[in-house]
Amino acid sequence: MNQWFERHVQTLVGSLGRLWQQPFATMLTIVVIGIALALPACLHVLVQNVRVASGGWNSALDISVYMKPNASLDQAKRAAERIRQRRDVDEVTLIEADVALAEFRRNSGFGAALDALKNNPLPHALVVRPDAEYRDAGRVQELSNEIKKVDGVDIVQLDTEWVSRFNAILDVIRRGVFLAAVLFALGILVIIGNTIRLDIENRRGEIEVTKLVGGSDAFVRRPFLYNGVWYGLAGGLIAGLIVAIVVAVLNAPVQRIAGLYGSQFELQGVGIVGWVALPLGGALLGWLGSFIVATRELREIEPK
Amino acid sequence: MIRFDHVSKRYPNGREAVSDLSLEIARGEMVFLTGHSGAGKSTLLKLIALIERPSKGTLVVNGQNTSALPRSKIPAFRRQIGVVFQDHKLLMDRPVYDNVGLPLVIAGVPEKDIQKRVRAALDQVGLLGRERTRPIELSTGEQQRVGIARAIIGRPALLIADEPTGNLDPDLSIEVMNIFKRFNEVGVTVLIASHDIHLIERFGVRRVILAQGRTVDSWDAHPEPALPEIRADRT
Repeated sequence: MNQWFERHVQTLVGSLGRLWQQPFATMLTIVVIGIALALPACLHVLVQNVRVASGGWNSALDISVYMKPNASLDQAKRAAERIRQRRDVDEVTLIEADVALAEFRRNSGFGAALDALKNNPLPHALVVRPDAEYRDAGRVQELSNEIKKVDGVDIVQLDTEWVSRFNAILDVIRRGVFLAAVLFALGILVIIGNTIRLDIENRRGEIEVTKLVGGSDAFVRRPFLYNGVWYGLAGGLIAGLIVAIVVAVLNAPVQRIAGLYGSQFELQGVGIVGWVALPLGGALLGWLGSFIVATRELREIEPK
Repeated sequence: MIRFDHVSKRYPNGREAVSDLSLEIARGEMVFLTGHSGAGKSTLLKLIALIERPSKGTLVVNGQNTSALPRSKIPAFRRQIGVVFQDHKLLMDRPVYDNVGLPLVIAGVPEKDIQKRVRAALDQVGLLGRERTRPIELSTGEQQRVGIARAIIGRPALLIADEPTGNLDPDLSIEVMNIFKRFNEVGVTVLIASHDIHLIERFGVRRVILAQGRTVDSWDAHPEPALPEIRADRT
């Protein structure tokens, strides 16, 4: 066991030393792997952030309440008063039909068309903001059911639909990121495989000699497997670095946007899990790529 | 130790390098294999080292039938044989130490023992203290001796050498042959291919002469035992 361990450590260090001897070629390979890993990692971080951000919106749902078209302003005011008295309601804003129409005229550009109408087609409306403590889906739903019973209320609209649509879109994007990650992983396998193939070609003489004095296929393969692991490991670290830089560069403008919306939102990086997963995943891919190629290529090399 | 039984070797290009050859070499024997170039000496050695397989016939080396040996067993088989190559087959960019120790690294010998045994092997070929040198900085004769040290470090029961004195001047040739003779004296079976008749004649050992892939003649060893080591003529 001890000897086995000693041999592996020796090969591990030896392979690192060899890579060190060709810093430029090694660097190129590592950076390419790093970029290939960083792209899906960046996308993942992006989706993750959007989820966090939209999670914030989810809890700040307002309820739109539309009065019946024939309901009077007084009726609307009474309804607003009743709703406001509820414990689970933080704030109720009344939007009078005339005000709403004026705003609509101003913003929509349908001014002329609206002039043709005899009556204001808009009802009075209330915007109900649930109390912070009652902002979960179940309670908000309960609240909206209660509001529906209030005299003169026509439609109660919970703005969850667009959120669920948004989440559905996000799911599609997430799946896309996953597919992209798979493709990039395949790309990394090919990159590492090809690099190892060149390494093997460059060391053909050495491999032949080793086989001549009794080195098995597994023995001659070992240093190449370690090469693959080093490439993947270093590539994973580079990828983590790239993601960190991307997040750092984007954080300031994102915070500005969030500030405009009154949010304290801040971009999240890959986190500890990412810093572990990227080098580990890279190392695994490196090992696999070199294993596939080295097993195949080294069988072909026989001393003459 | 080695038994060729009607062995033929035909290369893919159709040339038959060894034809219906039968030959037996006993354990502990030292044999010179001679003949003109192209007579099949190298092929015969390659068959023994399992670099090539016989096309016909059976070849048994150290109790193992080389025709029946699966590919996966070849590395272990080669570890029992020490081979000295005409072109040395050294790792030119690695120090002598790495070259000589390679068979032990493959065999999984602990580093401490490797150090000792490399020194011992280098001592036997007169290269002690050159561990850190790269073969490329050594003369051909020294490279050849590094190759011999690598061949013997695994303490093989069988040592084969292909033209080990091919590029050496006469003095060095005798020196190298004496190294082989010393191993033979401690029980190692030694088979050396060489076309240097004058050199061979100075050693009283069995000779097998090849021509067109067959044994055409054989000289038995001199009757008198243990010839004194032959000194190189210093003129």
